[in-house]
Amino acid sequence: MFLSATIRHHPAFREGSRAIAGAALGIGAWGLMTGVAMLKSGMSVVEAVAMTLLVYAGSSQLAAIPLLIAGTPAWVVLAAGFCVNLRFVVFSLHLRPYLMHMPRWRRLLHGYLTADMSYATFTRRYPTPGLLPSQQDEQEAYLVGGYATTWCAWMGMSLLGIALANFIPTQWGLGFAGVLSLVAVTCSMASTPLRLLAVLIACVTAVAAFALPFKLNIVAAIGAAVLVCFTLERQFGVDADAEDDR
Amino acid sequence: MNGSTDPWTLLVIVGLAGVTVLTRCFFFILDRPWGLPDWAHRALHYAPAAALAAVIAPEIVMSNGHLIHTWLDARLYGAAAGVLWYFWRGGVLGTMLVGMAVYLPLHLGAGW
Repeated sequence: MFLSATIRHHPAFREGSRAIAGAALGIGAWGLMTGVAMLKSGMSVVEAVAMTLLVYAGSSQLAAIPLLIAGTPAWVVLAAGFCVNLRFVVFSLHLRPYLMHMPRWRRLLHGYLTADMSYATFTRRYPTPGLLPSQQDEQEAYLVGGYATTWCAWMGMSLLGIALANFIPTQWGLGFAGVLSLVAVTCSMASTPLRLLAVLIACVTAVAAFALPFKLNIVAAIGAAVLVCFTLERQFGVDADAEDDR
Repeated sequence: MNGSTDPWTLLVIVGLAGVTVLTRCFFFILDRPWGLPDWAHRALHYAPAAALAAVIAPEIVMSNGHLIHTWLDARLYGAAAGVLWYFWRGGVLGTMLVGMAVYLPLHLGAGW
């Protein structure tokens, strides 16, 4: 998608790309350690490269590795991957009105390439979907600029991790850089009292519900935070448009 | 190390790529028109921050599936330094670098 010149030359493409650039090093560190983890678990180089290039979802890759190594039946691996990815289903509901004016193949491509960080940055920049074609083009260019940067950082560093797996000990904890980037992005989104509350509720719920299988604690945390904060927003009659501008 | 490549595993990997597309596009795969009610779109504004927080919280305060019961964990101080930096100076890159600058010496040097 980032090969399309009309999108690449739109000023919003660079803006979206810059918005992610600060986090790219952290995303890369995470990719690096995912690459290392795949090889150290005993996958072949071909399998690890195929997984990196095709699956493009760190958490479901990490969840699938031990299952693949143990020879778990395919449907179990796929079902586990689906559950681990359930938060993306929520994201897709949110992104739907931003994308529905496009042809299907284009929506699918955008959806496939939009992971956590790009989704969060995009919906923060554009709280409401564009109505005019010029707004829609701008939003599309911003989204693509963001995920193109994410994709390059993730792919480059994952492949480097696969290449250098023997030389990078996992005990160094370099993957923590990815967590720290997400900490910063989360802080940037906690810009109103209610959003800060959403972050705190999600933290507590995700830890308390950690025993749920397949990372369902993340979905539970999103559900709890959205429910409580939206109820409070209604209760106190918070001005939605004023909230969006903060 | 570097086990042999298994065609069945490759097939499952292709399937997992399909799962990525299916989940990330779940609500806009079909062309059928239906609108999300305004209140639902409104409610979803809290989803991105909540999702990121839910991904990172266990990475900072848990190990092996349990809440940590010690203050001697480098991740706590790395994350705290990152948050402080963010609200003082801002910026994702700076937050990451400052957090790692606190985390790595504690983790590698002191073994926390």
